[in-house]
Amino acid sequence: MIELTTQIIEVNDLRVHYMARNRTVKAVDRVSFALGRSETLGLVGESGCGKSTLGFSILRLVPPPGKIVSGEIVFDGEDLLQKTETDMRKIRGKRLSMIFQDPMTSLNPLMKIGDHIVETIRVHEDVSNEEAWKRAEKLLDRLGIPRERLKDYPHQFSGGMRQRIMIGLGLVLNPSLMVADEPTTSLDVIVEAQILELLKELKRDYNLTLILITHNMGVVSELADEIAVMYAGEIVELADTSSLYERPFHPYTMKLLKSIPNIRLTEQHIESIPGSPPDLANPPTGCRFNPRCPYAVERCREQEPPLTEVQKNRSVACIRYEDLLNV
Amino acid sequence: MRPLTAKLVEVHGLKKYFPVQKTFLETLLARKLQFVKAVDGISFDVERGEVFGLAGESGSGKTTTGRLLLRLVEPTEGRIAFDGVDLLLLKGEELQQFRRRMQVIFQDPYASLNPRMKIGEAIGDPLNIFRAATREERKRLVIEIMEKVGLEPSNVLYDKYPHQLSGGQRQRVVIARALVLRPDFIVADEPIAMVDVSVRALILDLMMSLKKEFNLTYLFITHDLATAKYVCNRIAIMYLGKIVELGLLTKVFATPKHPYTVALLSAVPIPDPKAERKKIIPKGEIPNPISPPSGCRFHPRCPYAEAICSRDEPKLQEIEKDHYVACHLFA
Repeated sequence: MIELTTQIIEVNDLRVHYMARNRTVKAVDRVSFALGRSETLGLVGESGCGKSTLGFSILRLVPPPGKIVSGEIVFDGEDLLQKTETDMRKIRGKRLSMIFQDPMTSLNPLMKIGDHIVETIRVHEDVSNEEAWKRAEKLLDRLGIPRERLKDYPHQFSGGMRQRIMIGLGLVLNPSLMVADEPTTSLDVIVEAQILELLKELKRDYNLTLILITHNMGVVSELADEIAVMYAGEIVELADTSSLYERPFHPYTMKLLKSIPNIRLTEQHIESIPGSPPDLANPPTGCRFNPRCPYAVERCREQEPPLTEVQKNRSVACIRYEDLLNV
Repeated sequence: MRPLTAKLVEVHGLKKYFPVQKTFLETLLARKLQFVKAVDGISFDVERGEVFGLAGESGSGKTTTGRLLLRLVEPTEGRIAFDGVDLLLLKGEELQQFRRRMQVIFQDPYASLNPRMKIGEAIGDPLNIFRAATREERKRLVIEIMEKVGLEPSNVLYDKYPHQLSGGQRQRVVIARALVLRPDFIVADEPIAMVDVSVRALILDLMMSLKKEFNLTYLFITHDLATAKYVCNRIAIMYLGKIVELGLLTKVFATPKHPYTVALLSAVPIPDPKAERKKIIPKGEIPNPISPPSGCRFHPRCPYAEAICSRDEPKLQEIEKDHYVACHLFA
């Protein structure tokens, strides 16, 4: 029998808007999903689809003028949106961590790596300096970096090493959930492969629950158990990884998968999606993908399709999904 | 008239060493000037009408090579012939005439367009620089090329500013500007890296159809091997300023020989969860190009390295037709 996983996070009907002077950009709209312990959710989509904003929202770190307008983020049984900022500070870094694309801007250039790690530990846990340093040494062992490099500054490390350290900092307090925003995007392909390998090992060893935000359909297929495809601020499809690649249901997912060159295929024709993503201050009525969708009909312009569970563990936000099963 | 050879560009023994700025203390101590060996003795030809790929990781020297071919930076050593003429001997007016025939498309359409210049002016600017058209003619030529690259309605977009366009449209502007002088040779440096995934195929297909229409030859610089596979006829793989492997793309990708190429190809993420993955990942990262490893530059990371690899530098040799490798394993 398959063991039932316990749910770590459940997001319900989340809306995040950026309020500019005379326009409101609906960066995240009506987003709901849940994630079980030690699972990896891939959050994919093109730039501007709201995937990073969603990541920041989970930690309640949306930069102004962004604002979480409504919804629930239930983490370990508690709604994070009801927490005070003081409570959030205790949760962030300890139970909920986040790593970013560019490790150079997330590390303090004037601080030795060791001090960085020690500080992170001691902010959240009542341990001595020596004990924290020992944990930092163990962490470096795990990351495959020589211990003596704890005394080095961030600029003395290569890009790949810095990203390893960032991942280490995100894990050192054993969080229940880590959000990784494009963790390999600025890296070269071989270093990217090394980091993906490290993340796979850490997932196994730490039972890590991970939300992986990426635009790279190759990266996500290697790491994620489930995938949420975002378009124009909404989740348009949610499925386990192999089903999604085998048979995408939403026209956007279908088109997206056809637009990516695969190095393994000999004869491949990649297609693009005509048009460009909509302005989120003024999204199209009905389904937001309808102006670019080859299957759009009149109803698609009138009705906003809700994300609906159409099979076990598979949801899609398309009113024509049944008609499209044969295309 | 010059004989028409198959080769449009011939590069021989090309080197570019960038001096490293010394600190004040180092100057006082009379330290020797150090150099980053960005490109260190490469040779290749680009045939008329082909798409020649230059691939490698950051720091491999692929962008510097592209800039050298356009004489945007002067080489330290080596020869570049364009259409049979030694490009490095040209000066002034003569060089200008050749520059017209080679253009560049950069990666970032946000950075390569002047935000205060209207699209039409930006595209027509090369015509001004080369005094290639009268005012009336210029507008006609610009509108014509805008229609060729799919910037429509052209007379509306003519008066727009870059920030009013989408990323894909902006890259079309950059392509139109590169083509307005009707060049023969285009250096495309990561032309789709900043374009949204869903629009990439469109830009690539556009570049390929323009190639046919205008008889273009491309040097296609990319770090993305899956994209290279989609467009290139031949490819050179660079590592630390050297070409380690060169050949027909189909041969290099189907039977990669150099251990670095093998690793690079195996590391590319595959958008298919069912695909079998046997990654051969070399340890560590690209070493410092100021003091690259002796012999074969890949030897400290190579799983097959032998004594000779750290001693002698392997030469790029033809191991089968249209397939060259610089590795002692195949010598």
